[in-house]
Amino acid sequence: MAGARNRAQSIRRRALLLGGVQVGLVGLLGGRLVQLQVFEGERYASRAEDNRTAERLLAPQRGEILDRRGRPLAHNRETYRLLLVPEKSGPIDAALDEIARVAVLGPAARERVRRTVRKQPGFEPVVVLDDISWEEMARLSLAIAEHEGIFTNAALRRIYPLGAAAAHTIGYVGRVSRKDLDRSDADSLLRMPDFRIGKTGVERTQDEALRGAAGKRLVEITSTGRQRRELGRREGLSGETLRLTLDAGLQTFAAGLFGPETGAAVLIDVESGGLLAMASSPSFDPGAFHDGIADRSEWQALASHPLHPLSNRVVSGQYAPGSTFKVVVALAALEAKVVSREHRFFCNGVHELGTGKFHCWRRGGHGHMDLFQALQQSCDVYFYEIAQRTGIDRIAAMARKLGFGEPTGVEIPGERGGLIPTKAWKQDVRNESWQAGETLIAGIGQGYVLATPLQLATMTARLANGRHAVLPRLLARETVPELGIDKRHLQAVRAGLAAVTGSRRGTGWAARIQEDGFEMAGKTGTSQVRRISTLERRLGVRKNEDLPRRERDHALFVGYAPVERPRYAAVIVVEHGGSGSKAAAPLARDLLLAAQKSGTVAS
Amino acid sequence: MKAWEVRRPGLGIGGLLLRVDWVLVILLTLTTSVGFAMLYSAAGGDIQPWAGPHALRFAVGLAVMLAVALIDIRFWLRCAYPIYAASLVLVIGVEFVGDVGMGAQRWLKLGPLSIQPSEIMKISLVLALARHFHVRDEREANRWPMLLLALALTAAPALLVARQPDLGTAAMIAAGGVALLFLGGVSWRVFALFGIGAGALIPAVWYRLKDYQRDRVLTFLDSERDLAGAGYHGYQSKVGIGSGGEFGKGYLEGTQSHLGFLPESHTDFIFTVVSEEFGLAGGLFVLALYLAIMGYGFAIGFMARNDFARLLAFGVTFTFFLFVFANIAMVAGLIPVVGVPLPFISYGGTAMLTLQIGFGLVLSAKVYRDVEMEAETSGRPAGPGSIAAMR
Repeated sequence: MAGARNRAQSIRRRALLLGGVQVGLVGLLGGRLVQLQVFEGERYASRAEDNRTAERLLAPQRGEILDRRGRPLAHNRETYRLLLVPEKSGPIDAALDEIARVAVLGPAARERVRRTVRKQPGFEPVVVLDDISWEEMARLSLAIAEHEGIFTNAALRRIYPLGAAAAHTIGYVGRVSRKDLDRSDADSLLRMPDFRIGKTGVERTQDEALRGAAGKRLVEITSTGRQRRELGRREGLSGETLRLTLDAGLQTFAAGLFGPETGAAVLIDVESGGLLAMASSPSFDPGAFHDGIADRSEWQALASHPLHPLSNRVVSGQYAPGSTFKVVVALAALEAKVVSREHRFFCNGVHELGTGKFHCWRRGGHGHMDLFQALQQSCDVYFYEIAQRTGIDRIAAMARKLGFGEPTGVEIPGERGGLIPTKAWKQDVRNESWQAGETLIAGIGQGYVLATPLQLATMTARLANGRHAVLPRLLARETVPELGIDKRHLQAVRAGLAAVTGSRRGTGWAARIQEDGFEMAGKTGTSQVRRISTLERRLGVRKNEDLPRRERDHALFVGYAPVERPRYAAVIVVEHGGSGSKAAAPLARDLLLAAQKSGTVAS
Repeated sequence: MKAWEVRRPGLGIGGLLLRVDWVLVILLTLTTSVGFAMLYSAAGGDIQPWAGPHALRFAVGLAVMLAVALIDIRFWLRCAYPIYAASLVLVIGVEFVGDVGMGAQRWLKLGPLSIQPSEIMKISLVLALARHFHVRDEREANRWPMLLLALALTAAPALLVARQPDLGTAAMIAAGGVALLFLGGVSWRVFALFGIGAGALIPAVWYRLKDYQRDRVLTFLDSERDLAGAGYHGYQSKVGIGSGGEFGKGYLEGTQSHLGFLPESHTDFIFTVVSEEFGLAGGLFVLALYLAIMGYGFAIGFMARNDFARLLAFGVTFTFFLFVFANIAMVAGLIPVVGVPLPFISYGGTAMLTLQIGFGLVLSAKVYRDVEMEAETSGRPAGPGSIAAMR
């Protein structure tokens, strides 16, 4: 039995040893818990908190855009949507069938829903029907009340009351694209799935002001991102309300001038530079881009349309200004003192320079012309003469003084600068020296010279007010420098422009305002799109109407009203419209008359 | 001889029940109650689907445990080898007909029952080795044939389970076997030899590991290695424990578990729920419960009057300790993630039943503390060195 006792002792001894190890290891576990929970507890607590909470943004309400009298140009309307939560609604197709029984649901919409469902977690709602009316919403809510996971809610939708009439100026909002993300500040709002950003026009340039600041919701989430409850909330800041210089009535009127024609119209307050109307034709429906992807085909159709409805011709259309540029040349010549207002030149229909022949638009010539008559009748030979005497660089300097050659800085994206050639420019860009004949061509606003309708409006406004170098603006009123052109010279040019519509011989006589108590002054312009060859000239220039549309001349008119103490300046460009006096001047007349009648700018 | 031993032959079932160590039973019940509460929490404050069944299973297992406890320990001595053999057959069985779950064949479906033979084996091996070392002196235990037999008894199931592949369970089986070898008196030199051999084998084992197993080890060695992938469970578990602080977030308030950041919060990671909701206090309370249970197991081993009972009590206690240590060390990030449940608290079938059977055996050792063991085995062949010689 001694052996057995020894054996028992041995086992107990070893068991004690083993037990000691076990107790030690359990102690180690306890120590580890102390380490994790006491010494590192705070760190892990904050990590658990990070796990548990997430900030969810609250989209602020986008600011409204109003016209000068407070009428809405862009605002938000509550619209209703039908949504579906896949994990609650059961099989998608069955749920969609259910909806299709009570509402119109096309195959494209079904496919879009299916695609979205595949991309996002099952607890995220998917929009099935967007922008439904209150009545429709009420009806649907009743019809599908039984079905779990399908519900309606309200959302804000951007509304443009003027529609296509102001589409280019106001712009539109759309879903945030990758390009928007690259371009913009890192505002986290942009990453919200339903967020809309300004894509063009004022909506885009003033996007940050209109956007407002995001509110925040602190929510408790599960590991899969599902929201459990709201822990806190800070409301966002609505976007600013912007009041534009635009006049909703005149804007609609201007847009309605064109009918099927393409072109641009600008109406500007000559004293402040405030833009009262700016229209580009053809236009498009700015509400159509709200939903982004769904409208891609529509967008494609617009983008590839031969008449480019998406392009804003007011700021991005560059046209040879034609005879409207004679205002610049006249002022340049007067300021350079190369001619006086009384100086006469003889127009026999053609001006010769070296071997070149430069024709007047009137084949028989105008006879003796002074500045007044030359502007009144738009005599080309007179302007060949004074352009030659003034020289291209002084003409260019005057053009810049009147707002040509660089973007005006209006609050609309995509503005182009036009082109005012100089000798240095030609040397730099073309690596050729300037030809004397090119000065003559520039003298009648052809050749290299290009201007946007907005620049023409700037010129006209500066000429009309005579004192300030105003800038066309939709919002801000900056103090602008003095114009710095001799008052008598401006007066001389204005007298010529008054005669364009104010006298029987004027090129704009037919388009004069015939209503008592109203009047206007202006300058017609017809800018050649195609070159007329010598051969053609000998055979007889084809009538503009006989040419294919894209080769026809652009019709232009710049004008202001009233003649004394002007308040409004208007620019009309009718693309391929033919002669300025026939196609553009009547539109400018209507616009200037409407502006005067509206009395929108206080005198 | 104490007075009550004289009455032994006349003991009825009531008398036997009186000799059951009820404090140990109460401690196990208490631990299960903690499990019930935590499973209720893990389900988001619901009896279903875990807490209720957990209690039910414990109740059934309790009956099994008491039944095992009341069966004469000599019966268990006699059946030690057959039970071991049957378990081994089951372990081999899963190789062929086992259900593949979590990338390993571990489950054997017998009618409505799903059992893990590898769990059963943990106790069967203890039984077999206790039987093996019963009434052998140390000299005899260290003879090579005896030694090799003991090694084979340990290695066979361990290697089979490792092939499933379930390295965690295999390691536990091996550790349990080695503990029994140690208790049984195997010489220190043999252990030293094994240590060197095992060290030499590490590269070979590493080479044979599956990708996910290697990932777990690497992740463990560098805990921030792959937080979104292999390191996710361990990391979230540490965050859960750590964020509990001294006194926890409050019952049912654990964010890691209730918001789904903690995986398997009702099974392997339930200790994290305890620690998150009750803090260090809760964790230490659970550790204290386990220490108390281990203490009772030890006490029974110390009071035992024969080698089989001693080895059985110490072995089962050690196996229990292995569960506790492996699980908590895993959730606390001390060892790689292995699939070991927390005894009596984790939800899960076989582990609790296995341990209840194990503690049933321990209780049996207490109930039948005074029986004459030597006589019972004298008629059986026991290899060289007869029992008669020991008397």
